[in-house]
Amino acid sequence: MAIDYSEKIPNNVDLASNKTLQRALEQWQPGFQQWWAEMGPEQSQTSDVYLRTAISVEAKGWAQFDYVKMPDYRWGIFLAPAEEGRKVNFGAHKGEAAWQEVPGEYRSTLRRIIVTQGDTEPASVEQQRHLGHTCPSLYDLRNLFQVNVEEGRHLWAMVYLLHAHFGRDGREEGEALLERRSGDADNPRILTAFNEKTPDWLSFFMFTFITDRDGKFQLAALAESGFDPLSRTCRFMLTEEAHHLFVGESGVARIIQRTCEVMVQHKTDDPVKLRSLGVIDLPTIQKYLNFHFSVTSDLYGAEISSNAASFYTNGLKGRYEETKITDDHSLEGSEYAYMDVVNDQVVSRHAQAVTLLNERLRDDWVSDVQAAIDRWNKVPAKLGVPFQFTLPHKGFNRKIGLFAGHHISPEGKLMSEVEWTHQHKNWMPTEADRLFVHSLMGRVVAPGKFASYIAPPARGINNQPVEFEYVRFN
Amino acid sequence: MTELVRQHLIDPEICIRCNTCEETCPIDAISHDTRNYVVDFEICNWCNDCISPCPTGAIDNYRNVAKSSPYSLAAQLTWDDLPREVEAGAPSEGELPEEVERLTAIAQSGQGGPTTPPWSAAHPYVNLFTPARPVTATVMGNHRLTADGASADIRHIVLDFGAVAFPVLEGQSIGIIPPGTDAAGRALGMRLYSVASPRNGERPDYNNLALTVKRVLEDHEGKPQKGLCSNYVCDLAKGDKVQVCGPYGTTFLMPNHPGSSILMICTGTGSAPMRAMTERRRRRMALEEGGELMLFFGARSADELPYFGPLTKLPKQLIDVNFAFSRVPGQPKRYVQQLLRQRHEDVMRLLADDNCYIYICGLKGMEAGVEEALRDICRDHGADWQEMLPRLRAQSRYHVETY
Repeated sequence: MAIDYSEKIPNNVDLASNKTLQRALEQWQPGFQQWWAEMGPEQSQTSDVYLRTAISVEAKGWAQFDYVKMPDYRWGIFLAPAEEGRKVNFGAHKGEAAWQEVPGEYRSTLRRIIVTQGDTEPASVEQQRHLGHTCPSLYDLRNLFQVNVEEGRHLWAMVYLLHAHFGRDGREEGEALLERRSGDADNPRILTAFNEKTPDWLSFFMFTFITDRDGKFQLAALAESGFDPLSRTCRFMLTEEAHHLFVGESGVARIIQRTCEVMVQHKTDDPVKLRSLGVIDLPTIQKYLNFHFSVTSDLYGAEISSNAASFYTNGLKGRYEETKITDDHSLEGSEYAYMDVVNDQVVSRHAQAVTLLNERLRDDWVSDVQAAIDRWNKVPAKLGVPFQFTLPHKGFNRKIGLFAGHHISPEGKLMSEVEWTHQHKNWMPTEADRLFVHSLMGRVVAPGKFASYIAPPARGINNQPVEFEYVRFN
Repeated sequence: MTELVRQHLIDPEICIRCNTCEETCPIDAISHDTRNYVVDFEICNWCNDCISPCPTGAIDNYRNVAKSSPYSLAAQLTWDDLPREVEAGAPSEGELPEEVERLTAIAQSGQGGPTTPPWSAAHPYVNLFTPARPVTATVMGNHRLTADGASADIRHIVLDFGAVAFPVLEGQSIGIIPPGTDAAGRALGMRLYSVASPRNGERPDYNNLALTVKRVLEDHEGKPQKGLCSNYVCDLAKGDKVQVCGPYGTTFLMPNHPGSSILMICTGTGSAPMRAMTERRRRRMALEEGGELMLFFGARSADELPYFGPLTKLPKQLIDVNFAFSRVPGQPKRYVQQLLRQRHEDVMRLLADDNCYIYICGLKGMEAGVEEALRDICRDHGADWQEMLPRLRAQSRYHVETY
């Protein structure tokens, strides 16, 4: 179905036929615009940005490129096309027709799932709002803004579900999503990782690379949901999320590329010398990776979770690629491995698979991150630089789950508090590291020019040249 | 002759394995292993549904391959990066059509004898398709370049070749065969048109090219006569099919080495190859390869000058643009030769620069005036055009195509 742009709220859900819902969303819309004006990207309201806007959800329609002022971006409600005869594909309700309305008994659980997912969307916009002042190029600035408007659209997607299916509670949750603020002491965002700062572009790229990848896996698990409107919403969001992952993965890869080029050119791997040459030494990039990996790992929650088990059994949230897995989709009687700390040792144990679904999703995410790290590692290999990035142990720097309260080295060795205090600065960015990275963050906005620490991309957006004027300041 | 076809491939260096393409493909032509995403040559039907959803552009890659031996899935799965574009020797089988040889000889007579392409020009493919065995192209767009009130109707036509390889270089021409027969029942002859887009397509990395075509309404003496082919081309609508032969042209090609400069002098639709070369350089600006572009472009007025708007928007550091308008009410007539004289210092500097290549394209009438201006400029700077011209030709630095 085409997206109806003549309406106040672009949508492909035939909003006009449900006047109550339409009015509710129209009342929410000014609040959203106000939030964007206050908490969206700073000093960007009048710039023309070369953005991708969805005009329909079919393959050919959802990637239309043109200059747009961000406040004029057509945020709207887009669901992936309905799948004829779709069923609940796992859990106790397997085989029933997928639900078009919220089943009464799962109402509060589903609301919580949607609110938690929805809260991350405006949170990341808030975390990234200062970054425009220090962009390494027009190309990167445009990518930041594209990520921002799409996070805004993801908020719309979740608020639509709340308004359409959760009545007054849903509307109140919709308001609260605009009221919480990332990092606010009194009214913070729900998840810890979304209250961290995104102070520089290395952090931004790491965030989009790793934390948005958590988004991908959460959305993929929700796309399996028996609640069909949630499934369809998440499926369309996944196509947008892919761009965010690309921005992060290629952003870090370009930083690695630039550092390696300078290493080869100056025949040095001395961090001090490299820093003086305006690039980020590879060990510092590894530290950022360790930090973001561990903080994001916590987002999956405790390894053993009865909540996750009931989400699954009740058909609300599936496994990653549930319908591609060939088993009975009930998990009855099957086991899954997890790691625990017992008597000063990290050990592998087994438990009921259905209780370990958080851990399973985390494992799927870890393999995906690892595959991307393998691609990063091709960059130094190609330039003959002997350095490989590695993922730290799953227990490293964890605050949630079975590793919380323990100190685990990146190699997986259990350590004392003293050892940790002594060593952790070798593994995670220190204040000095962050200050150095911050010192590189000059603003570069001449078309085709890039900051000293990052290589140009292999190709531009939508086949435009790299030196295309992706953002016009007015 | 080996039949070349286009194969759709995914660049493993850029792909982030987001699975969007595989999810999108309606006929399951895309699959993956733990390393790469790959397109099955046997299944892909060019619906292009996967192209715009790809966040990276990795999906948007193609190679010309022999139809009998495309890259297999097994081979693609082992790649770390795409194979290089094969610059195979041009499969120029058979003779050039007589008409092409005749027209080329006339067009290039102004350069004072045959020449060779710049040493750093890319190797051109020629004569891949003949009038007897043309390729069918699809019209992707046709819009008027000149203002509504202008006397000339000059059009920008984009042709797409689908899955058939039709490699062209800036400065080459293609032949268009209008449909129908003459009074005697013979097939109509082809007409040659210069390609106005760079080698990687009007839309980068799509298998298409652009032409700049003027609707001919009078003959050389100014008597009313509708040009059969030009009117056919100018009236084409999006989706129409066109019979194309070629490509043609082996010398009017641009230099590719870093630091090479290009001096371009043209009128009217003679701007087509200049636009192609300029666009090629524009797309490569970020590489900072050096060299200058200088353009002298004559028309009756700004309204009659194809690509006037886009030309004025080109960055100054890319190109030095000089317009000469001969019919602006209330202003004296200005021709390209006057502008050349006005900019004599820069023109002389470029003439003397072994890395500068000179291209002249447009109506026959401009030739004499331009050459005279170049002669005068040489004299003013103590050089001798009569001596310089053979040297320019010997260095493949002087190229003329006028009609």
